[in-house]
Amino acid sequence: MAAKVKITIDGREIEASPGDRLLWAALDSGIYIPHLCGIREENHPPASCRLCFVEIAGMPNPVTSCTQPVTAGMVVYTRSSQVDRLVRRGFQLLLSAYHLRCGECPKNHTCEIRRIAKERGLKLRVKDLRPLDRDLPVDASAGDFVYDPNRCVLCGQCAWACRHRAGVGILGFVRRGMERRIATFGEAPILASGCTRCGECVKACPAGGLTFQKEASG
Amino acid sequence: MKTAATLEVAPDQIYRDLQHAARQRLTGEKEEPLVMVGTATCGRAAGALDTLAAFKEEIVRRHLSVRVREVGCLGDCYLEPMVIIQKPGYPPFIYGEVDEGKARRLVADFLVNDDPCLEFAMAALEPNDIFPTLADYPRGFYEQRVITELCGIIDPTEIDQYLDHEGYAALARALSMDPGEVVAQVKESKLRGRGGAGFPTGLKWETCRKAPGTPKYVICNADEGDPGAFMDRALLESNPHQVLEGLLIAAYAVGASQGYIYVRAEYPLAVERLKTALDQARQRGLLGENILGSGFSLDLAVFQGSGAFVCGEETALIASLEGRPGIPSHRPPFPAVSGLYGQPTVINNVKTLSYVPHILRQGPDWFRGIGTTDSPGTAVFALAGKVANTGMVEVPMGTTLRRLVFDVGGGIKDGKEFKAVLIGGPSGGCLPETALDLAIDFDSLQQAGAMMGSGGLVVLDADDCMVEIARFFLEFTQKESCGKCTFCRLGTKQMLEILTDITKGRGKPEDLTLLWELAGDVKAGSLCGLGKTAPNPVLSTLRHFRHEYEVHIDEGRCPARMCQDLITYYIVPQKCTKLCNVCVGSCPAEAVYTRPDGIKAINQELCIKCNNCLVTCPPEHQAVVKISPPSPAEGA
Repeated sequence: MAAKVKITIDGREIEASPGDRLLWAALDSGIYIPHLCGIREENHPPASCRLCFVEIAGMPNPVTSCTQPVTAGMVVYTRSSQVDRLVRRGFQLLLSAYHLRCGECPKNHTCEIRRIAKERGLKLRVKDLRPLDRDLPVDASAGDFVYDPNRCVLCGQCAWACRHRAGVGILGFVRRGMERRIATFGEAPILASGCTRCGECVKACPAGGLTFQKEASG
Repeated sequence: MKTAATLEVAPDQIYRDLQHAARQRLTGEKEEPLVMVGTATCGRAAGALDTLAAFKEEIVRRHLSVRVREVGCLGDCYLEPMVIIQKPGYPPFIYGEVDEGKARRLVADFLVNDDPCLEFAMAALEPNDIFPTLADYPRGFYEQRVITELCGIIDPTEIDQYLDHEGYAALARALSMDPGEVVAQVKESKLRGRGGAGFPTGLKWETCRKAPGTPKYVICNADEGDPGAFMDRALLESNPHQVLEGLLIAAYAVGASQGYIYVRAEYPLAVERLKTALDQARQRGLLGENILGSGFSLDLAVFQGSGAFVCGEETALIASLEGRPGIPSHRPPFPAVSGLYGQPTVINNVKTLSYVPHILRQGPDWFRGIGTTDSPGTAVFALAGKVANTGMVEVPMGTTLRRLVFDVGGGIKDGKEFKAVLIGGPSGGCLPETALDLAIDFDSLQQAGAMMGSGGLVVLDADDCMVEIARFFLEFTQKESCGKCTFCRLGTKQMLEILTDITKGRGKPEDLTLLWELAGDVKAGSLCGLGKTAPNPVLSTLRHFRHEYEVHIDEGRCPARMCQDLITYYIVPQKCTKLCNVCVGSCPAEAVYTRPDGIKAINQELCIKCNNCLVTCPPEHQAVVKISPPSPAEGA
C-alpha cells in the first residue's frame, strides 16, 4: 500500500492514502461531509445524491468528494458559500419528494437525513419548493421489514448491499426520471422475488425507505 | 502490424485499382440521362417516394433509356421533394417541390423533348450560360460545403459513387502513414468535436492511443436526439461512407480493432443505408481483415439505441451498448482511458468523423484556413422555426447570426419581426436581436449563454412566447432525465412546475427568483451534461426576456398570445362579414355561432382554443383575433 500523504481539510492536517476517495478520508478523520449514496468498497461511485460537495483549492467549482481521489498536499474546504448552497438545495430537492413524518418513522433517531439537517443546520420542512410526494404502495411482504418507496432517496445502498453483502441481488433501479425507484425484477413483491430476509438492505438504508418491523412496533 | 514500407503492394495502389474499377463501372452512366430523386427521410416526408414512382412509371411507359437514382438530402427542406436531372447537352438542373404531376411533365418535356422546364428549376449544379447556380443565391454564396458537399448528389447506396469522388482516398493515405502521424494531423487541424462541447478531437485520439490496454474501441455517436436537429440523420442517409471512412481512420489512429455506430432506432433509413454501406465496404476490402492490404483490421457494427435522449451522453451510450440501462456515470475516468468494457474508447459524433477524411486528404492547414482561429472548419446547422428557407446549411465558423438567419435562411417567414434564435436545442440558449452580429463559434456561443450543441437553430418571431419556449424545452429535458442524480431528477421537475404555473397564469413574483436560483443550482450540481445544460433555455430567456415572464405573472398576459390559458379568441364584429361561414364550420367544439344579426361570435364556455377559426377566417377579413389577458366577457 502506498505511503500516506498529508492533506488539509478545513485547516486541519490529516493523513490519507493517495488514491483513496476524499469523502472516506474525511469521515475517517472525524470530519463530517453529508452523503447518502457513497459506498466505500465501490470503485465506481454512483455520485448520484450530490450532497458530498467540497471545494478544493485550485479547482473553480465544488466537486463531489466521493469521486475525488486524495492527492498529496490538497487543500479542501467542506464549507463555503457555494458548497453550502448546493448542499442545501440538493437536500431540499430530496425532501421535496420525501414522505417526511419523522414521528411515525422507525428510523427516526438513526436517520442520515436528520443527521445532515443537524450537522448543516438545515430545515427538514421545505417551504419554497413544490411538494412532489407520490403516494406509492408500501411493500410489507417480507414480514420482518417494510419497503416504503415514498421514503426512498434513491441512493442505491440497499441494492448494493443485497448484491454484494448478501450475495442475493434481487433489488435494483427500475424506470427513468421521476419514476425511477428501487424495485425487484418486474416490480414484484420483495418476498416473491427470492428475498432471503437477511436484512442487509435495511441496515444499509440511510433513510426511512427500508425499516425493520420491530423498530416500528418498538 | 506490418508497416507500409514492408508491404508488397502499398494501400494507395490497391486503392487506385479499386477506384479505377469503380470509375469503369460508372462510365456508361455518365453519358446517359439521369434522374436523381432526394429520398432521405425529409424528402420522403414531403412525398419523394411518390415522385420517384411517377418518374419510374413514366420512363417505363415511354420506353426511355433513363436511369433513376435515389440520392440523399441537398439540405433545402423547404423545397422538398427535390430532383436533379442530368441530361447530356445540359447542365444538371435542380428542381424543387416536384410532385407527381411535375415529375411526369419533366419526363415529357425535358427527357423526351428538350424543354428543361426552367420555370420549376431552382438552380443548376454547374456554371453555365442559361441558368443561375446555387452559388448565385445568398444561401449558396455564404455556404461552404465540406461534409455536406456530396449530400444529395451521390447515391448513398452505391460505394462506386463515393469512390469516384475520391472516397476512401484519405483512408489509403492514412494507412500508409504511422498512426501517430495521423493523430498529429488531426491535432494540428484543431478539429473540435461537433457533438456540442467542442472538445479537441486530436487530443481525445491521443489520450486513447496512449492509454494502456487492448482491445481498443471506436464508436460513432449517431444518437441525435435534440428536437429540431437532423444533420446527423441527413449525413448518414446521404453519405454514409464518409462517416465510415472517418471512423476507420480514427480506429487506425488510436489502434482500435472493433467499432460501433450507435444510431437511434428512430432513424430506420439511416440504419438501412449504413448497413448497406458496411456490406459494400466489406466486399471491397475496405473493412474487415487486412484493410487495403495494410495489415490493419477492423470490424464495424451498427447498434440501434432505443430512444433515450441521454444515451447521446458518452458514458450513458457506453452503458447502453454494454447492455446496461443508459444512465450516465461520473467522469473521470473518461472513455478515452476507460470506456466500452473498461477499455480505451474513442467516441466521436457523426459530423466530427465526417471531417476527418477531408482533413487527411487536404491537410490540416487547409482545414485551419476555414472558420476562426480557435474553432476552425465549418458548422452544420439545422435551420428551423420561423425562418423562410428551412433546412440543413453548412457555413464557416465565425459566420454571424444575422448572415445565417437573413442571408442563408432568407429572413423571417411571412416578413414578420425577428425575436430570438434558440441555438443548441434543449441544452442551448435563446439569443436576442442584440446578439445578431455575434460571430458563431464554440467559444462565442458559450460566452453568450448558449452553446453549439448539436447545431439545431430555431428562429423565433413575435408570435413565440419565450416563457412557453423555455417551458417546452425544459419539459423535454425533464422527461428525458434518467433520474439518477438529485439535481436533474428533482431540480428540472421543480423548475418545470414553476414554468407551467407561469404559463397558466398562476405564477407569483417570487417564483422568478426561485427559478433563477434553481436553474443555477441544477447547472452546477448535476452529474452529467444533460442536467448541466438543461437550465440553459431558462437562464437565457430569463436574462434576455425577463419582462415577458413579468408580464405573465403581474398582468396575467402573454405578450405573444401563445399561452393558451392567458388568451381568448374573439371575433371582431366590425370585421366579420355575414356572408361567410367558414369559422362556424371549422370549430370542432361548436363554440362559434351565428348571432341573430348574422355576425359570428364565440361562446367562451365551449371554446377549446384550437386556433381553427383564426386560421380559416379569410385573409381579407381577419376578423378572428386573440386577446390577452383573457376576457371572458368578449364575444359572449
